[in-house]
Amino acid sequence: MTAFGKLIRTTAFRLVVTYLVVFVLFAGALLGYIAWNARRVMEGQLNQTIETEINNLADNYRQGGARRLVHTIERRSREARGFFYLFVDGRGQLLAGNPVDIGSIVSRQPGWHELSYIRAEEDESRRVYAKARLFRLPNDLTLVVVHDLENRDRMRIVIRQAMGMSLALVLMLGAFGAWVVSRRVLRPVDSMAEAAGRIMAGNLSERLPVRGVNDEFDRLAGHLNLMLNRINELMNGLRDVSNNIAHDLRTPLTRMRAATEEALRTARTPDEMKAALERTIDESDSLIRIFNALLMISRAEAGSAPGTMKPIDLSEIIADVAELYEPAAEEAGMTLRLGANPVAPVSGNRELLGQAIANLLDNAVKYGRRPEAEAGQTIAIDSQVRYNRVIVSIADNGIGIPADQRERVLERFVRLEESRAQPGSGLGLSLVAAIVRLHGGTVVLEDNGPGTKAVLSLPLHSGGEESKT
Amino acid sequence: MSMKILVIEDDADAASYLIKGLRESGHTVDHAADGEKGLEMALSAPYDVAVVDRMLPRRDGLSVISAVREEGRDLPILVLSALSQVDDRVQGLRAGGDDYLTKPYAFTELLARIEALGRRRGAVPAQTVYRVGDLELDRLAHSARRGSLDIDLQPREFRLLEYLMRNAGQVVTRTMLLENVWDYHFDPQTNVIDVHISRLRAKIDKGFDRPLLHTVRGAGYMIRDGLR
Repeated sequence: MTAFGKLIRTTAFRLVVTYLVVFVLFAGALLGYIAWNARRVMEGQLNQTIETEINNLADNYRQGGARRLVHTIERRSREARGFFYLFVDGRGQLLAGNPVDIGSIVSRQPGWHELSYIRAEEDESRRVYAKARLFRLPNDLTLVVVHDLENRDRMRIVIRQAMGMSLALVLMLGAFGAWVVSRRVLRPVDSMAEAAGRIMAGNLSERLPVRGVNDEFDRLAGHLNLMLNRINELMNGLRDVSNNIAHDLRTPLTRMRAATEEALRTARTPDEMKAALERTIDESDSLIRIFNALLMISRAEAGSAPGTMKPIDLSEIIADVAELYEPAAEEAGMTLRLGANPVAPVSGNRELLGQAIANLLDNAVKYGRRPEAEAGQTIAIDSQVRYNRVIVSIADNGIGIPADQRERVLERFVRLEESRAQPGSGLGLSLVAAIVRLHGGTVVLEDNGPGTKAVLSLPLHSGGEESKT
Repeated sequence: MSMKILVIEDDADAASYLIKGLRESGHTVDHAADGEKGLEMALSAPYDVAVVDRMLPRRDGLSVISAVREEGRDLPILVLSALSQVDDRVQGLRAGGDDYLTKPYAFTELLARIEALGRRRGAVPAQTVYRVGDLELDRLAHSARRGSLDIDLQPREFRLLEYLMRNAGQVVTRTMLLENVWDYHFDPQTNVIDVHISRLRAKIDKGFDRPLLHTVRGAGYMIRDGLR
């Protein structure tokens, strides 16, 4: 019952039923038309035959009078070609013909008539339909030629049977088709629904089955799986953020609270008090900064509101930010060299992209110089447009990042031992990664032998249409 | 320069802190605790600057600003908001705000911005030559000189000096410089602005007895004739 209930509620089933109804109506109309036409032709032929017969007999009478006609009729009656004859005089006396109970016909008007009579056969008598032509001869004589309609009736029965048969056949084929289609359609849907149920029940790593035939259902399942992956990532990101907040914000907060408490307890002079308060403000500023960076990351990871991405030229941002950092690099004992920087239209958020480039340059300025190296080290920014992407590389000759750490440093709050001496939150690179991803691009950290090379790859703006991200 | 400032802020503590600070800086301050009251006050009396919180009871901050603009008032408005994202900022400015500051903020930052807004209103609009002491900047000729000495400035340095001189005698914060000279609003993390300032300082103050470009501790920079 439930299976049937489910079946009749499926789109596939409804479609099949609709097809079935249309098909049956069509087949019925076709057969009906054929039957009607065949009947028309048969009747026409019959009329023709009767007409010819009656004309022959009328000629016979004209040539040989009633005697000859009676003779002819009697002869012809014996031949049993489906014809019956009535030859009646003015008083209703049967002069020749078959002794069947169709006498009342003679009182009718001349012309075509349909009638029925009881034909007695060996063991039973039955009603037979027939067509009659009534013809008046001179001297008040009446000639009637009758022909059975048995052929027509037989054909009607054949057609009716054929219609019944084909209807049954159509219904059977249709039902089979419905079963096959619904099985084909329902099965992947059912298995998807089951998988979705299990995912909802908490098995978040499960994915919808993809059968590998690349039909609509596979594509749908594929897209839903991508969506699930994305949701999963967002969930993980959210969990990470709350873990990070718990751990990495609590530490500086504890430090700040302890320092303030200690100042309250031990500071004696207004200057000491003031210094302690200033330290507190510095600490809270860096906390605010961490907080803002975290918000920015999660916002970028969640995807931006439509309308905030505009067509912009990345090369302008690169030039601006390079110019902004150039003195800082020089002060850190390095040369910032902006190499090739071709026009690169991208769809993006100027502030966020600026922040990403700034963070990478900031890292290069902080970690790009090895203490033992003499002067002349450079930070090199180069960009190139390749196919439909723009590739930006920011390379330094610094201490570099060990190969096994290059993925990890893109995560939140990850700081390498070597960098702990420098101020920083450990959020710079993860913000870069989030921003680049928001723009549909990638960021990879490579070895610059020696040093680090950050390579950004962003899709170019494909004129006109707004980016979907 | 004493200004008449309207503060529309619903949080009592934040408002009283703000009002106290502004009064200590020599300004007259009126306060409204909700959007309707704030709009009424903004339209009824002439103010030099209004500070409007974005989220207000009874009438949203952005709607207050739009209403003020619809009345045709050019009252300079500083938007305060707990929303820091770029698009929120754009919204605030699009509604008719003149500047946007994210909570939590440093009071020095707020004060510097309020004073810049107030000054912008009072300033002669198309001033072509700025003078501070014997330092002179000609915007049309794109040249700067101190005393009889021509100063050779890079384009960005020129804009930096131009902004400082336009706001001569008042504190300009690092973020104000980043926003107005570089036109970016992101957080540069390191002291990139400081290095630009020290380069500029080397060009305009080096070799002169009287420094004009001063660092205001905990706040930013100020260009000012020391003897004034």
